[in-house]
Amino acid sequence: MIEITNFRNNHLIDPHLEIWEWPIAVYLFLGGLVAGLMILNGVWRLMNKQTDAPASTRMAPLWAPVLLSLGMFFLWIDLSYKTHVYRFYMTFQIASPMSWGAWILILVYPAQLLAIGIATEIKSFKGPFRFLNLPIAFLQAAAFGKEKLIAWLNITMGAGLGIYTGILLAAFAARPLWNTALLGPLFLISGLSTAAAWNLLSKPAHDEEKTLVRWDLALIAIELMLITVFLIGLATGPQGHQDAGELLLGGSFTATFWVFVVIVGLLLPFWLELREVTGRFAPKWAAPVFVLVGGLALRLIMVYAGQVSHIPDVEMLSGGF
Amino acid sequence: MARYGMVIDTKRCVGCHSCVISCFLENEVPEGYTRDWIVEVVSGKSPDFRMELRSERCNHCDDPPCVFVCPCGASYKEEGTGIVLVHKDKCSGCKACLAACPYNARFINPKGYADKCTFCDHRVKAGLKPGCASTCPTKAINFGDFDEPGSELHRLMEGRVVKTLKPDAGTKPQIYFLL
Amino acid sequence: MSNHFNRRQFIKIAGMGSAAAGLAASGMNPWGWPANALAGSLGSDVQVIPTFCELCFWKCGINAKVRDGKIIKLEGHPKHPLSNGRLCPRGNGGTGLTYDPDRLKKPLMRVQKRGEDVFREVSWEDALDFTAEKMLDIKAKHTADCLALFNHGYGATFIKTLLMAYGTHSIAAPSYAQCRGPREVGFELTFGEEVLSPERTDIKNSRMLVLIGSHLGENMHNTQVQEFADAMANGAKLVVVDPRHSVAAGKADWYLPIKPGTDIALLLAWMNVLISEELYDKEYVEQHTYGFEQLKQHVKSYTPEKVWKITGIRPALIRATAREMGHQKPAVLIHPGRHVTWYGDDTQRSRAIAILNALVGSWGRKGGFFYPGELDVPMPELPKFPPMTKKRADLQLKDYPLAFSTLASGLCDATFPAPQAECQLKGWFVYGTNLFFSLPKPEQTREALQHLEFVAVSDVLPMEIVGWADVVLPDATYLERYDDLHVGHYRDPFIALRQPVIEPLYDTRPPWWVSKELAKRLDVADYFPWDNIEDYLQQRLTPMGIKLSDLKKDGVKVFPRQALYFEDGVQPEFYTDSGKIELYSAKLASYGHDPIPVFTDHGDPPEGYFRLLFGRAPVHTFGRTTNNRVLNRVIDTNHVWINRRIAEQWGIKNGQMIRLQNQDGAITNEIAAKVTERIRHDCVYMTHGFGHKAKGLTNKKGASDSDLITRYNTDPIMGGTGMNVNFVTFVV
Repeated sequence: MIEITNFRNNHLIDPHLEIWEWPIAVYLFLGGLVAGLMILNGVWRLMNKQTDAPASTRMAPLWAPVLLSLGMFFLWIDLSYKTHVYRFYMTFQIASPMSWGAWILILVYPAQLLAIGIATEIKSFKGPFRFLNLPIAFLQAAAFGKEKLIAWLNITMGAGLGIYTGILLAAFAARPLWNTALLGPLFLISGLSTAAAWNLLSKPAHDEEKTLVRWDLALIAIELMLITVFLIGLATGPQGHQDAGELLLGGSFTATFWVFVVIVGLLLPFWLELREVTGRFAPKWAAPVFVLVGGLALRLIMVYAGQVSHIPDVEMLSGGF
Repeated sequence: MARYGMVIDTKRCVGCHSCVISCFLENEVPEGYTRDWIVEVVSGKSPDFRMELRSERCNHCDDPPCVFVCPCGASYKEEGTGIVLVHKDKCSGCKACLAACPYNARFINPKGYADKCTFCDHRVKAGLKPGCASTCPTKAINFGDFDEPGSELHRLMEGRVVKTLKPDAGTKPQIYFLL
Repeated sequence: MSNHFNRRQFIKIAGMGSAAAGLAASGMNPWGWPANALAGSLGSDVQVIPTFCELCFWKCGINAKVRDGKIIKLEGHPKHPLSNGRLCPRGNGGTGLTYDPDRLKKPLMRVQKRGEDVFREVSWEDALDFTAEKMLDIKAKHTADCLALFNHGYGATFIKTLLMAYGTHSIAAPSYAQCRGPREVGFELTFGEEVLSPERTDIKNSRMLVLIGSHLGENMHNTQVQEFADAMANGAKLVVVDPRHSVAAGKADWYLPIKPGTDIALLLAWMNVLISEELYDKEYVEQHTYGFEQLKQHVKSYTPEKVWKITGIRPALIRATAREMGHQKPAVLIHPGRHVTWYGDDTQRSRAIAILNALVGSWGRKGGFFYPGELDVPMPELPKFPPMTKKRADLQLKDYPLAFSTLASGLCDATFPAPQAECQLKGWFVYGTNLFFSLPKPEQTREALQHLEFVAVSDVLPMEIVGWADVVLPDATYLERYDDLHVGHYRDPFIALRQPVIEPLYDTRPPWWVSKELAKRLDVADYFPWDNIEDYLQQRLTPMGIKLSDLKKDGVKVFPRQALYFEDGVQPEFYTDSGKIELYSAKLASYGHDPIPVFTDHGDPPEGYFRLLFGRAPVHTFGRTTNNRVLNRVIDTNHVWINRRIAEQWGIKNGQMIRLQNQDGAITNEIAAKVTERIRHDCVYMTHGFGHKAKGLTNKKGASDSDLITRYNTDPIMGGTGMNVNFVTFVV
């Protein structure tokens, strides 16, 4: 038998240690989505198919800074010392993924703005968006003739952003669920998948849609593999990782994880997109919506479950006499 | 240069909470939060139980993950003392340090910044011991400088079974528990 | 970042002491430390005022730190022999009492029926006039002895003087008949001296410590626990006898989970082994004791094998622990305990403990019981107190001639009309004790209160008893008042001063002022022949060659150590009838009691019931502190410990809220279950002091064991109330 009494001074034992709440998950989701949008845009352009892919190369660049700003808003919402948000930009902490992230977020904007510069053919806005004409003209001038460079810039910055959303969590050795190098790739691939889904919902051209669905199938397949490896890694790791794996494989987050992330977010859209590719009927909105739901669910579960996971005390390992 | 730390004798400790309550008052710890706490672990079978009582707090790690993750440079390990501190004016309340601490030793002060045990650095710099160590009725909590040759801390550890908390976390805690 | 801080600077700064902190507090930051690091209890704006604590009754010296008229911290007084610079959790949290928003803030007078807890605020003038008028009325109609004083705590000294001057002898504290009385009588009968408080136990020098039901560590008497830790660190052997695996048991070399109520059998078996294996201190026993042959004959039948069946402790374990006592003697301390009113044969159990100590020769020896330092601080000359007008109301003289203090429970009994009684109490003056938590049978206390003509209560907080008062005199806390000098007799004798650290909050008054004011109205002012308390204190200090102004700065004056043990010069004198340590007590025999303790069976709980045991939490002093907001940040409720197997049978989960009901149908508030293997299957345990019901108190969490103490066994020798005789079942 082993009886542990932790006399912290409240009834629920540290409710205030619920460190991060849903806004952080939403922020990570939006960050991944924006990263994916940037990469997809760059890839289309490198393939020289930007004119065939209006959703990915024309609409997406306009959305990217908006979504990113929204994500940063949610990040700010979660700060407990909101007036000190400027403190992120008074320093650069080389060992801190979050400091990298804060600066990446800032550096991503120029890449995104340049992408706008090459995304909009000379068409002027009317009505309330009239005021955008001047800055866009400026962006177009700045971006002129540098399409390839800007495409590469968006791919690298996007990859950096996407991986960062995973590394942010992975860098916490104290939280075994997060503490795996797989989290960067997983969040990047998931971000790409949600970006493809986003573009699929943004009135893509016919060929664009077909390509995006194929890409998404591949991304989902990779994501499934990564999750499998992730779970195997947890289950075969040290005690803390095993306990963390339990959360997803037979604990308090198991049902939500399997239903929302694996079934709704991955298997269901995979099946729908497979039908689409093989020419059978599938409602076009369904797979992308499920992918987006799954992407958000993945981050919510990772954020919440990760905070529950911890390195066990040695006495817990002994398991009694 | 000093490297401050503690040697806590679980054999002396009775889990009375003097350390916790004196800390509340010394540091005006806000209601509902605590910078130190007691853990009681009992294992075995009646009548052969084994009990361990620990007064726990920030371990002022030599390899402090809370400092590395801080994006604002607010968390730092003070040069010359090794005390892990938070510069509250630099803190943005991002909570990365809370997530990074394997010991859950940090909390967000209702005023917004990350808060934690400071080893009562204001007392230490005035030549005193931290509040908890100076009030501990059982002298279980011993504070001192590990770098000082012939330090009382080294003498206390001689011939005793010594452990740190969660050594797997790789944080190199500067609080040692005598079993 | 400019947090650079090198060793040279450190030395420089350390040398400057609090001056550095003072600089910092004034906003200067010459070394570039972050400003937030420089707060706390240091700084030139902090005033340090010494006094002594009253969160329990140990009276540790403290240094109170005051900033802007607010007490910010309490620290142990470094020179005070009882604190040695350190404080227990309660002492640390003492500010929670003074700053408790629930405090009684003005004098009150009852406006509805007694016990309905409805009052109106009055002036001190009116409250004192009314009190005096009622007291004089009782004196005129029934004689002064018909007014009882129940008191607890050091604040009561002047109130006691007042009541004695008024003429009553019905003065009692529940700390006697409900707590440590049997121990004092048992030791007095054996050694001719009491154990006293603080206990004269030489724990820090013990080579072997035996705790019987005593839970040091959860029972946080500061010096005692300091020494307990020292003993553990020095490698002293520890035996803990307790049905519950306490914190102390967690440090034990031998933990004996004894069947409740069978301790005397174990003690007799230990004596059996010590004597039959000739391990006792022969020289000591021969020189100093009386009745060894009778004892030898008496314990012959208490073999470990026989006692195993009674106590559940294996013979091998009884022998091993007894042999260790023989091996470690004389530095073997069989601790006398403190709250010892358990089964009604408590004086006999204390006798058994005393006899066992005598066998290992620990009384008057290093590591056993020392002789406290003596210091005579004369009281100022006062007129003689009036003689007793009637037989003492508690019948003590007639029924319990061996008790040498009045029984609080006896006073409660004497409040009921009884035709043959020589004195029925008509009035109660209650100072600092919540009788519903300190006396057994709360229902009887309630009924007694209805028989009274007058009830006055003085307290800091609106406790249950306050609700039954006719007049409420709100007390200043220990941090707001002067009290009489504390002349301490520990290893080193000392004089300590209690002085106000801040002005009293609200319209509260210290007891010396209340006593003096009432004395005027009761026409006994000549018992308070001084203008103010400082004059009085200086009067007492002058013969000792101490200036009050110095003591106000120093807080305590420690006098040179005298001999502590026989080996360093104490003359072995025993104030018993035989002049020796009485292993056999002819005195007890002459009063019809067993001259040597005998084991009596206290029975088993009925089917489905469990013996109710209770004790202390380290951060609380009974029900007195359970409303303290600082202490409640750590422990704000109690749990009922239930054996895991029993809990499984009942389907009770850890943390589940249940109620306890006793054999007479009394039922508690809801209390959380602590399901554990650390308690025997035949009993349950809870900490005392929670489960308040008074409407003026904020913290009502937990359950009160007092509600379940509807029965007690009276100690036939001294009238103590053995309260561990109640059985409870679970209401799930």
